[in-house]
Amino acid sequence: MPLPYSELVMEHFRHPHNVGRMEDADAKAMEGSPACGDMVAVYLKVDPETQRISDVSFESYGCASNIATGSIITDLAKGKTLEEAKHISWQEASDALGGLPPIKAHCSVLAVDGLRAAIQSYEERHGLVKERVPTTVEEVRRRLKHVMNPVTGLDLVRTKLVQDIEVADGKVRIVVDLPADHQFAANMREEITDKIEPLWDVKEVVVEFTE
Amino acid sequence: MFEKIVYLDNAAATRLDERVLEAMRPYFFDLYAVATSQFGYSLGVDARDALDSARGRVAVALGAKPEEFVFTSGDTEASNMALKGVALALGEKKGRHIVTSPLEDFPVLYSARALEKQGFRVTYLKVDETGRVDLDQLRDALTPETILLSVQAANQEIGTLQDVKAIGEIAREKGVLFHTDATHAFTRVPLDVREVGVDLVTVSAHTIHGPKGVGGLYVREGTPIRKWMDGGFQEFDLRPGVENIPGAVGFAEAVELVTPDETARLQGMRDRLIERLLKVPHTRLNGHPLYRLPHNANISFRFVEGESLLLHLDMRGFAVSTGSACFSRSLEASHVILGIGGDHERAHGSVRFTFGRFNQDEDVEAVAGALEEVVTELRKISPLGKD
Repeated sequence: MPLPYSELVMEHFRHPHNVGRMEDADAKAMEGSPACGDMVAVYLKVDPETQRISDVSFESYGCASNIATGSIITDLAKGKTLEEAKHISWQEASDALGGLPPIKAHCSVLAVDGLRAAIQSYEERHGLVKERVPTTVEEVRRRLKHVMNPVTGLDLVRTKLVQDIEVADGKVRIVVDLPADHQFAANMREEITDKIEPLWDVKEVVVEFTE
Repeated sequence: MFEKIVYLDNAAATRLDERVLEAMRPYFFDLYAVATSQFGYSLGVDARDALDSARGRVAVALGAKPEEFVFTSGDTEASNMALKGVALALGEKKGRHIVTSPLEDFPVLYSARALEKQGFRVTYLKVDETGRVDLDQLRDALTPETILLSVQAANQEIGTLQDVKAIGEIAREKGVLFHTDATHAFTRVPLDVREVGVDLVTVSAHTIHGPKGVGGLYVREGTPIRKWMDGGFQEFDLRPGVENIPGAVGFAEAVELVTPDETARLQGMRDRLIERLLKVPHTRLNGHPLYRLPHNANISFRFVEGESLLLHLDMRGFAVSTGSACFSRSLEASHVILGIGGDHERAHGSVRFTFGRFNQDEDVEAVAGALEEVVTELRKISPLGKD
């Protein structure tokens, strides 16, 4: 039975590690949405003295890649300090699973985002105050590095698909160097909007294509 | 070797019936000549006769005359031919307005979009929550500039049947050509062009245990349509290309093998499956409960996602389909579920089951039992539905 997934992905899919709601979590976060068909909730227990993640669990709504990356992220995060865990990359998560098909790369990004959001939530409650910095073109570009091109499995910035970014009066305009009737145009518009709209000072996101 | 599975995705493709293969065989090895004109060599003349005979057999199932049926490479080509062929014929003469439904399968939907890019105006009709087209709005939508109305006979995902007879009457009343995509309805649901005012009908062999890559378009005599492929003059100068005689014969055989008894058996399985699955908590039926394809069931399961459902079922030996975005080639959620007012979650959690000739009665309980287990497992690990 040939599958696009590695044995490791299938193993995590069948028997996910650390899965389930943590009732007494020190911090939790949810990334993604039912609208995208992809959600991960991450729960953390942190040792206050060592700042190490003593326990971590996840819940998942999504495809096999989603479940597998949620599972692997808990394996990678357990026992690490918050600082160390913050730097786990989506590439690491994907490699730890023996690689993912390019079209599924966004799942490992989601798992990493979920973990980072949970860590951030912990830090916000335990001292580190988050400043509200006005959104800049650079911040938009940084976030666009978390939007994957399903064809290549690499992000839009790295694959030079972001032709223009404009930020003005709460409106963000992004031009993607692809035809408007491209197979994944609609999907990319959705993903970009999902990543940029939540910014505190963004009222409208406009995604345009070059053809 | 391929493992034995319970195959419930007959809407996507069907297992060929052995009798179809037997009917096709002579046209690969004995009567393999091209269909020459009647002035050609005997093998070619015999091939022509075989083609004509196959054509007649398929046409009769539509209530059509043989010269009104054009063989194509499948339903995609047939629908493209209908929309673009009529646009080519009438775009300069009558008008540039087309009316269709938002739930059409891609060949119709994207052909309409392609025509929009070329300056045609397209009106997408309103549908109710079961997917049935609003007939009053349809009547109002047809104008003197409307060159074509395209509404499917049955929906490929949620199985809803349209009232093609009523639609045909309205189209006639307004003097507008009516095309219907009957890919999933042909032979399973009655459609007689002598009783329904339809001008173009898309059909395919791959949904009824016939060969893939074979389909056709019924074109009522006198319908203005221009060919959009160039080459020879085959298929009444509407569709050039060496005729696929084995395919045509296979199609004819497949058509004749569908019986009302078989369809009734499939309907029984469908009904039992729907009844069984709606007992699972947080489920809903997609599509019309009564006016639906006899072999189609489509159920949404809340709080779980379709691709994982599909993979779990695959591991247990079942093949089904889902409207989840992850499963589609464009990563977009089912436009059909969204089109009937469903949200993304409902699309992602939707599973389509389509029965065929080779399904057994026990397949119903087998898949229902497996699905119950899988849904329970996935709901345990889901962040949704717990509060």
